[in-house]
Amino acid sequence: MKFRKADPLMRDLRRVLPSDRVRVAPLERSIMGRDASIFEGGRAGPVCFPISTEEVQGCVDAARRHGRAVVPRGAGTGLAGGAVPLEEPVVVVATKMNRLLSVDADQRVAWVQPGMINLDLSRALAPYGLHFAPDPSSQQVCSLGGNVGTNAGGPHCLALGVTSAHVLAAEVVLMSGESVVLGDADGWTPGLDLRGAYVGSEGMLGITTAIAVRLTRNPPAVETLLLAFDSVDAAAQTVSAVIADGIVPAAIEMMDKNIIWAVENFVGAGFPTDAAAVVIVEVDGLPGGVAAEADRVAELAVEREGSVRRATDDEERALIWKGRKSAFGAIAQIKPNYYLHDTVVPRTRLAEVMNQVYEIVDEHDLQVMNVFHAGDGNLHPLLLYDAREPGIMERVHAAGSAIIEASLAVGGVLSGEHGIGIEKRDFMPLMFGEADLDAQARLRRAFDPEEMANPGKVLPTGASCAEVNALGKVPEGVWG
Amino acid sequence: MSSREASADLESFAAEVGSDGPVAVVGGRTHWEIGGQCPNETRLVRAPSGVRDFDPADMTIRVGAGTPVEELDAALAEAGQRANLPVAPGATVGGVLAVGRDDVHALGRGRLRDALLEAVYVADDGRLVTAGGPTVKNVSGFDLCRLLAGSLGTLGLLGEVILRTWPRPAAQQWLAGPCDPVNLRRSMYWPSSILWDGEMTWVHLEGHESDVKSEAELARSLGCEPTGGPPPLPAYRVPTGALEAGQPTGSYLVQIGTGMAYVSEPRPIPDADPAVVTLHKRLKSEFDPRGRLNPGRDPLAAR
Ligand SMILES: Cc1cc2nc3c(=O)[nH]c(=O)nc-3n(C[C@H](O)[C@H](O)[C@H](O)COP(=O)(O)OP(=O)(O)OC[C@H]3O[C@@H](n4cnc5c(N)ncnc54)[C@H](O)[C@@H]3O)c2cc1C
Ligand SMILES: Cc1cc2nc3c(=O)[nH]c(=O)nc-3n(C[C@H](O)[C@H](O)[C@H](O)COP(=O)(O)OP(=O)(O)OC[C@H]3O[C@@H](n4cnc5c(N)ncnc54)[C@H](O)[C@@H]3O)c2cc1C
Repeated sequence: MKFRKADPLMRDLRRVLPSDRVRVAPLERSIMGRDASIFEGGRAGPVCFPISTEEVQGCVDAARRHGRAVVPRGAGTGLAGGAVPLEEPVVVVATKMNRLLSVDADQRVAWVQPGMINLDLSRALAPYGLHFAPDPSSQQVCSLGGNVGTNAGGPHCLALGVTSAHVLAAEVVLMSGESVVLGDADGWTPGLDLRGAYVGSEGMLGITTAIAVRLTRNPPAVETLLLAFDSVDAAAQTVSAVIADGIVPAAIEMMDKNIIWAVENFVGAGFPTDAAAVVIVEVDGLPGGVAAEADRVAELAVEREGSVRRATDDEERALIWKGRKSAFGAIAQIKPNYYLHDTVVPRTRLAEVMNQVYEIVDEHDLQVMNVFHAGDGNLHPLLLYDAREPGIMERVHAAGSAIIEASLAVGGVLSGEHGIGIEKRDFMPLMFGEADLDAQARLRRAFDPEEMANPGKVLPTGASCAEVNALGKVPEGVWG
Repeated sequence: MSSREASADLESFAAEVGSDGPVAVVGGRTHWEIGGQCPNETRLVRAPSGVRDFDPADMTIRVGAGTPVEELDAALAEAGQRANLPVAPGATVGGVLAVGRDDVHALGRGRLRDALLEAVYVADDGRLVTAGGPTVKNVSGFDLCRLLAGSLGTLGLLGEVILRTWPRPAAQQWLAGPCDPVNLRRSMYWPSSILWDGEMTWVHLEGHESDVKSEAELARSLGCEPTGGPPPLPAYRVPTGALEAGQPTGSYLVQIGTGMAYVSEPRPIPDADPAVVTLHKRLKSEFDPRGRLNPGRDPLAAR
């Protein structure tokens, strides 16, 4: 559909925003039709760039008057298709609301606008000796509003918890057009935990316009260990042994042979290319506990025939983390496309499920690399492929489904941090029964009775009302 | 269909709750009237009790919601672990979660609401509903567990839950003295609790032995001395904002860094934003349109 100036929706939106911030150029709309997932079926309507809460309210009011859905969007780095617009909704992009509003170092709270980039916040907090704990691998580009939308995680969420544990309050524009603060920046307010229900709602309950984030003190002592193993089993067992030993490190990340090789080629982080797997363990806190835990982790690794390298200074620590965080960039050398999966399994079942992943991938004649948050059992099998190869997508999707099923079979879950979006919407019935899905639909309706915010995501068709079914139907052939 | 099957205990709990008439769960009755009184005709039921599943290496535990928190704590202690729930004598896991009060250690250990990974509850229509998932990390669908913690059983009656557990630290120490709580917090790395009654400050340290020792030294240099434990919590919980606004009557204790304070005399707290009240009403009418679950209770009125 073409949007003309005379279009009544456009006329109303341009009453709210100057015309350079309501865009309908085909290029703009096509960029906004995608996120970082492989989903290609999106079609954006007018793309709005508000700079204030009032402007966001104005966009919502205009959309509602014209019976249009609204899709909130941050940086578009989501991997589940959460920000992919279906059926030409009004897209509200938060990237121009990117200011740090206030910092209270004593209360350990900062108010930020949703478009602020995750890493920019921690950089701005450095002078205070504070940081924002969730550090997704995409932290250089993803927005805090997006982090709230997906309840994002990161390597350092093992001990400290994912985004939800670090959000004290959110200012939200509901689909009624009202603005409301959920939670309280002081830390507690009587009543239901609306804040908690909102975090991770993938843009389906409202639009975040400001966030009060909890700030974490930088640890006085840090030890980073790079453990290398001859087998994936030994690596996974060491991860389980550390947890079972009563140690909750700040981070435990695992990388398997293929990705080690790719990363070494790419950045030269000094990872042993002859290892079957490496595990990065970071412990932080006060010096006594840190030293004791680092020693114990090293012991547990050696017991499983691992070799241990301890970072001797910040530079070496940074290099180890550079190796971990460049993983995605490194992959481009091998195949043009990848599909990054995200499931969680109980930590005691890691080795078993990883072995199944290798078998599944073999069966489908694909290549896989594993680089993931092992400490909380959060698997990220990365399936590599070349989309130009005929028939490849069927194999990629079949392997993906098998990985999801294998994870659920041992008591795991569909997603640890990327969310459900469109990607896993139709897998929801594998994990939840009818009554469970119905309960989630009730939460959605309590916030957004007309189901106007980001329709067609998360809840499979059938869990919700008929209109959404129509909207949520994924047209054939749109999976890239 | 869901891959998770309900136990016979849960099925019979659901049958007992049924699909008609006002019904409430009794826990240990330690906070029975918080948030309002149940009408007399309310049928009372008890949630299943007992530890169902505990693999210490996973650091999660599945228990019936009727399990006494002391029993939970004892089972975890055997494995050197604990859950982030107040171990209130007589109280049940379901009651503690429904009331949603944080332990005094929320500053360092985190919030009660974050302890809940999965909940199986009975919905208004008598069906069993599973919210969340069994693993320590999970973003599959909306986060109903956060909504259930502190909901006073008004959205669903908890039957069984999976909680995240943590290692019990090797050492711990309470100190108290007439020092400035803000300065104390600024100076210390990770105290698990700082309480302040307007004059005295209590601080709790836990962790590795040598760290607790060095932090205790630091606290002493700021005017605190070792003490046996925290003072008793005054009865009513209010947001710290209410403390600043109201005329002080009776005693109070502020839980620094958590937004919570406890007062000995109930005091008015600022009205919630009408939009927040509307969301509460809508949630109640979506989850319990006939108002049969824990009738008479209002989470907004819980003190
Ligand atoms: C290379 C790579 C590595 C990644 N690593 C991680 C990782 O380690 N951990 C992790 O958790 N994720 C990771 N991700 C996924 C992604 O970065 C996160 O999901 C991130 O939180 C998305 O932020 P965004 O600003 O890009 O949001 P978007 O993709 O724009 O949106 C994500 C969801 O949030 C909603 N949303 C966005 N902004 C708002 C708002 N203001 N109000 C309401 N809803 C909103 C959208 O509707 C959508 O449903 C990775 C992605 C890539 C490409
Ligand atoms: C000595 C003592 C010390 C305490 N110390 C602390 C402390 O340090 N920190 C703190 O925060 N709190 C403390 N508490 C309070 C404690 O958290 C509450 O007692 C507890 O929340 C109530 O549990 P209960 O099983 O007694 O519930 P009850 O009093 O029986 O019930 C309370 C409410 O919860 C509902 N409910 C109970 N079970 C369920 C269920 N399965 N599903 C749905 N709803 C349910 C009931 O219907 C009722 O509305 C203390 C209490 C005592 C007695």
